[in-house]
Amino acid sequence: MNRKVKSFAATLGSVLVTLFGLSVITFMIGRVMPVDPVLAAVGDNAPADVVAAARAEMGLDDPLIVQYWSYISNVLQGDFGRSVLTRNPVISDIAHYFPATLEMATLALLIATLLGVPAGIISAVKQGSLTDQIIRVVCIAGHSVPVFVLALLGLLIFYVGLDLVPGPGRQGVIYDGMVPSVTGLLLVDSLLAGDMGAFWDAVHHLTLPVLILAYFSMAYITRMTRAFMLDALKGEFIISARAKGLSGWSVVMGHAFPNVAVQLITVLALTYAGLLEGAVITETVFAWPGLGQYLTTALMNGDMNPVVGTTLIIGAVYVGLNLLADILYRVFDPRVA
Amino acid sequence: MLADFRAWALDDLATSRRQAAWGRRYRIWLALKANPLAMIGLFIIVLCVLLAFLAPLLAPYDPAIQDLENRLARPSADHLLGTDELGRDILSRLLYGGRITLGIVVAVVVMVAPVGLAVGTIAGYFGGWVDKTLMRLTDVFLAFPRLILALAFVAALNPGVQSAILAIALTAWPPYARIARAETLTVRNSEFIEAVAMTGASPWRIILRHVAPLCVPSLVVRVTLDMASIIITAASLGFLGMGAQPPSPEWGAMIATAKRFILDQWWVALSPCIAILLVSLAFNFLGDGLRDVLDPKQD
Repeated sequence: MNRKVKSFAATLGSVLVTLFGLSVITFMIGRVMPVDPVLAAVGDNAPADVVAAARAEMGLDDPLIVQYWSYISNVLQGDFGRSVLTRNPVISDIAHYFPATLEMATLALLIATLLGVPAGIISAVKQGSLTDQIIRVVCIAGHSVPVFVLALLGLLIFYVGLDLVPGPGRQGVIYDGMVPSVTGLLLVDSLLAGDMGAFWDAVHHLTLPVLILAYFSMAYITRMTRAFMLDALKGEFIISARAKGLSGWSVVMGHAFPNVAVQLITVLALTYAGLLEGAVITETVFAWPGLGQYLTTALMNGDMNPVVGTTLIIGAVYVGLNLLADILYRVFDPRVA
Repeated sequence: MLADFRAWALDDLATSRRQAAWGRRYRIWLALKANPLAMIGLFIIVLCVLLAFLAPLLAPYDPAIQDLENRLARPSADHLLGTDELGRDILSRLLYGGRITLGIVVAVVVMVAPVGLAVGTIAGYFGGWVDKTLMRLTDVFLAFPRLILALAFVAALNPGVQSAILAIALTAWPPYARIARAETLTVRNSEFIEAVAMTGASPWRIILRHVAPLCVPSLVVRVTLDMASIIITAASLGFLGMGAQPPSPEWGAMIATAKRFILDQWWVALSPCIAILLVSLAFNFLGDGLRDVLDPKQD
């Protein structure tokens, strides 16, 4: 037990170092911006002494280490500055936009898992068969298409061509602003409000982006499941289970899969983190009012505070999910000391 | 001639180091040739490189020439893939765009692979605090989703092809360092390294001449697999308006512009979409095949 605590402390320590590095990188990115923040604040034609005064007031004359200190102490208090575009504090913007991304990414992960894990198992059990080849090609294809290409093709086929799904956006016009925001997750909020019309409208709008993200991340899940299963199926305990006369699928599901399940937790956590990235692009195609949309709009306009804040938050979520995977691995796998 | 080479390369009792090396390469090629997907991938890549290289000869029009009378034309005999919103020939733009895409890939790989190799071998060979520091550094870069970090870098640098290359390179090196370090750890304590060390070779010489060459095969696999993701990241940056800027015929930027007419003139967006898909699919097929051949542990 003592050893476990110790190794956990080591992990925690490395996470803290990583978070520190994250903050340094985002700080640097915020400093080397193409737009001079002073000129942006006082205007291009301001006299030199006004510029100098503004520069001093913004703390840009201080040594870098002092500037970093004030940056990190603000960040730790949840202060990322204000967005020039929305005029809101960045942190409240992020709180406003994050649920939309979370809703999309979570549903996508759910669907990707439900499809990807069985596909990987089948692929491993029938290694080399036609089914295996087909699954493999479908997965490589999912891995090779940029998400925005998938999203555009999806819109073209299912919205323009077949008219099966609604167009871009998160809600139909009639439901816009009708559901009181409690959690920010539309599905949950509309259910809480008892508005089934709004609920189904939200489901319709979610369908295409979620399916596209799910396909995008399914590739990785299937690939890893297949590799883990192939490894597990080679184990001697599998041979002995077969020798006892257990049927094919009960060996696979009862003996091989439990060994793989723990490793899969790590894969799922990483996929979830990767979905954040896919969501950024999907959101721009679907005009989805989420974190990605917020980030790209800020990028286009050189609005650096939201860029730095969002990057830092996404990085922190990424690190957090990795840590979670590590903890789950330790809890569920008795072999890991 | 070929038969001679075949017999010479496949000779089990190689008499020189060169013969053994070629024998190994030839066997890898034979194994790769047996994998149809990998060969399809290789074929597409070679074709794309040729097309991009010969773009000035093959392109029917100048990619920048506008013909506003004939904008957003459907594919026809004059314009095989149609024209875009300024009447420019899409096929010509695709061919020239291939040069940009392949150029970005080559530039990133040339920057990233040596850096990753150096960081990984140095960390692995020296161990101790050097290893700890360098690996923490890679952890920090791995802690961001790649595209997000690249986006933030480009935003700080100014959008453009050079910044895109730099940003992708900055986000791409850590996995290479990890792989090189892992390979280094497996050979570090072997006897031939000890022997070289005892003859008085300096650590740098050992790393450069004896450790680094052994890391190259696994890096090659990683590079091939990574190329698809570099292409996708570059195209995504272009699509988000943070990579190559219009009027440059970069595929992602072309799609971003064509997105506006996707409902009516869908063919404008479709051909660059297919181009990206084909090229990155090809790199993935080839990389997958190479991994099967060079790293039999996987299956």
